[in-house]
Amino acid sequence: MSGRREARGFVPPVLAVPAIIGLALLVLPLGALVWRVEWTTLWRDITSPEAVSALVLSLVTGLIATAVCVVLGVPLALVIARSGPRLSAFLRVLVTIPLVLPPMVGGVALLFLLGRTGPLGQVLDEWWGVRIPFTTTAVVLAQAFVALPFLVLALEGAMRTSGVEYERTAATLGARRWTILWRVTLPLAAPGLVAGVILCFARAIGEFGATALFAGNAPGVTQTMPLAIYTAFNGSGVGQGTAVALSLLLLVTAIVVLLLVRAWRPPGRERPDLRIGAAR
Amino acid sequence: MTGGALEAHVGVGRRAGFRLDVALSAEPGEIVAIMGSSGAGKSTLLSAIAGLVRLDEGRIVVDGWEVASSRPRRHVPPAQRGVVLLGQEPRLFPHLTARENVAFGPRSRGVARDVARGDADEWLWRVGLPGSGGHRPDELSGGQQQRVAVARALATSPKVLLLDEPLTALDAETAGDLRALLHEQLHATRSTTLLVTHDAVDAAALAQRLVVVEDGAVTQEGTVREVLTTPATRFAAAVAGTNRLVGVARDGGWCARTGDTEIVLRSADSASRAAAREDGTPLAALVRPGAVRIEPVHEESWTGALRLAAQAAPEEGSWLARIVRLEQTPAGARIHTESPAVAVDVSADAVAERGLAAGLPVRLRVAPADVRLVAAG
Repeated sequence: MSGRREARGFVPPVLAVPAIIGLALLVLPLGALVWRVEWTTLWRDITSPEAVSALVLSLVTGLIATAVCVVLGVPLALVIARSGPRLSAFLRVLVTIPLVLPPMVGGVALLFLLGRTGPLGQVLDEWWGVRIPFTTTAVVLAQAFVALPFLVLALEGAMRTSGVEYERTAATLGARRWTILWRVTLPLAAPGLVAGVILCFARAIGEFGATALFAGNAPGVTQTMPLAIYTAFNGSGVGQGTAVALSLLLLVTAIVVLLLVRAWRPPGRERPDLRIGAAR
Repeated sequence: MTGGALEAHVGVGRRAGFRLDVALSAEPGEIVAIMGSSGAGKSTLLSAIAGLVRLDEGRIVVDGWEVASSRPRRHVPPAQRGVVLLGQEPRLFPHLTARENVAFGPRSRGVARDVARGDADEWLWRVGLPGSGGHRPDELSGGQQQRVAVARALATSPKVLLLDEPLTALDAETAGDLRALLHEQLHATRSTTLLVTHDAVDAAALAQRLVVVEDGAVTQEGTVREVLTTPATRFAAAVAGTNRLVGVARDGGWCARTGDTEIVLRSADSASRAAAREDGTPLAALVRPGAVRIEPVHEESWTGALRLAAQAAPEEGSWLARIVRLEQTPAGARIHTESPAVAVDVSADAVAERGLAAGLPVRLRVAPADVRLVAAG
C-alpha cells in the first residue's frame, strides 16, 4: 500500500534518532525492572504478608478514593463545563494546581489543614475527637487530592464538547433536568468519564508523596504499594524481591488498564480519549 | 391527536439595537409557514415558543394554557409545554438506537418502556424506516436521520410542532421525499405546526398560511397563495420568485423615475387597472423574471448607451438597464440588472449568444399581459 508511505509526509528522516532515544528512555528502565524479577520466587514474594497487606490496602484505598472523586468530580466537571468562559477558566486553573504541584507539597498542605493544629483538624478533634492524619482515611484523602484533577479535567473536556444542544433537544421532547442528566448528558460524556475514572484510579494507586507526608508509612494501615516499595529499598521491613515483585504488579496493572481503555468502546461512539481535557 | 391552538406574541431584545416583536397564531391542526431573510429572528421566535429563550415582552398561550408571559413574569420550562422543536440538524442522541430515540419523549413522560418501544417501531414504520429500530444514528444516512427525528418529534404528540428549516441540510431529492413525508404525517396527525423555511415550495406544499418576518417584525401575513401572488415587500417578492417594482399610478398605468430615465408600464388585466385608477397612489408592479425580454443595445459603455437612449423617444414597457450579476439556475441563468433592480431569466444559450456579462448595458422589455399592478403599502 502506498498510503502508508504517503502518511509519513515530509518529516526529516534524521529525527528518527532522537525519537528512538526518547523511546528507549521510556522503555529501557521498565525492561531492566522486568529483567531483575526473580521469577522463581515471584509468587512467594507477591503473596508475602507485607506484600499482600500493601496490595489490599492500595486496592481498597484506591477504589474508595476513585469513588469519592466520581461523586465530587462529576458535579464539579459539570459546573465548570456549564459556566461562562471567565468563571470556567478560573475554576480550571484551581483544579489544575494540584495536578502540577509536587505531591509532597500537597501532603504538607493537607497536614496543615487537617493536622492537630490545623484549622479544620482542630475543630474535628475538639468536637468529635476525630484525627485524620496517619490513618487509612488520610491515605484516601491524599489519593483523592492528587487524583481528582485528572477526572475533572477529562470529564469537563468531554462535557464541553458535547455541548448543550442535545440537552435542549431532550428538554423540548419533555425530559426533566434529572432525566436529561442521566439519559443524555452523562451518556454523551461517557468516553470522558471512563478515561477520567481510569486515570484517576491509576493516579490514586501510584500516589506516594502526599500519602507519605500526610498518612505516614505504617504497615497495614497506611503503607500502600508505592510506600512498601520505597521502604524495601531503604532496607527496612520488606525484602527487595518483594519490592521488585510489587513494582512488576503495578506495571502490569498499568498495562492492563491501558488495554482496557483501548478495548472499551462506548456504543456508537469514538474510543475514549486519554488526553487530559482532550476535546478542547 | 389533533394539536392545540397557539397564540403567541413574542418580544425578545436580542443584540443591541435589534428587537424581535412578532405576533402570530395558529388554529388547532393548522400549518403556518414562516419565511424571512436570514437574521430576521425566525429561529429566536421558535426558541421562545419552545421555551429555550425567555420572553422580554409578550405572551404565549398553547392550547389555552399560558406558558410564558412578561407581565406577570411566567416561564413554563420547555419540558412541560408540549412544544417540540425540530431543527436543520436531526440531533438524534448518538448513544441511543433509532427506536430508543423515538421512544425518548414518551419515556420521559412516564410511558412504560415496552409500550414506548412498540409505539416507536410503529412510528419508524410510518416514516418509511421499518426495521431500522436497532440502528444507531451514525449508521443511518442524513435523510434517514431526519426521518427518525420527525418520528421522534411526532411520537410525543406535541400540542405544537416547530420545524426550523427541517429540509435545508438535505440534498434536493432527499428533501423532496421528506417534504412528502411531512405533508402526509402533518395532515394525518393534524399537528399544529409552525414551519420556518426559506423555500416557497415548502410553504406552498405544506402550509395553509404564510407569515413573512423581516428585521424582527411581521411584514406580511395571509394565505400562502395571497402572499405569493401579491407580495408586499421586496423580500416577499423574491420568495414568490417575482420582481416587485415600486412606483406610482399615472394615467391608469405605473410609472417610476430612476435617475434621468422614466419607466412606464401598463397592465392588461382589469384588477391591475383598477388599482392604478387614481393618479399618485403608491403602486407596485409585479413582473416574473421569465416574462422580461432582454435585448442587446449596440453600445458597450453605459454612458454611451444612456446617450443613445436619450435621443430615442421613451417607450412604454421598455427601459435601459445594466447587468450587475449572473447566477446559475436549473433552467439556465438569472440575470440581475440595476436601476431599477430587476431579475431576468434567460436560457444558457442566450447568455452565450448575446455575450451577456456583468457591466453590459441592455434593453429590457415587458408586455402589458405580463404586468400586474397592486397597491403598495
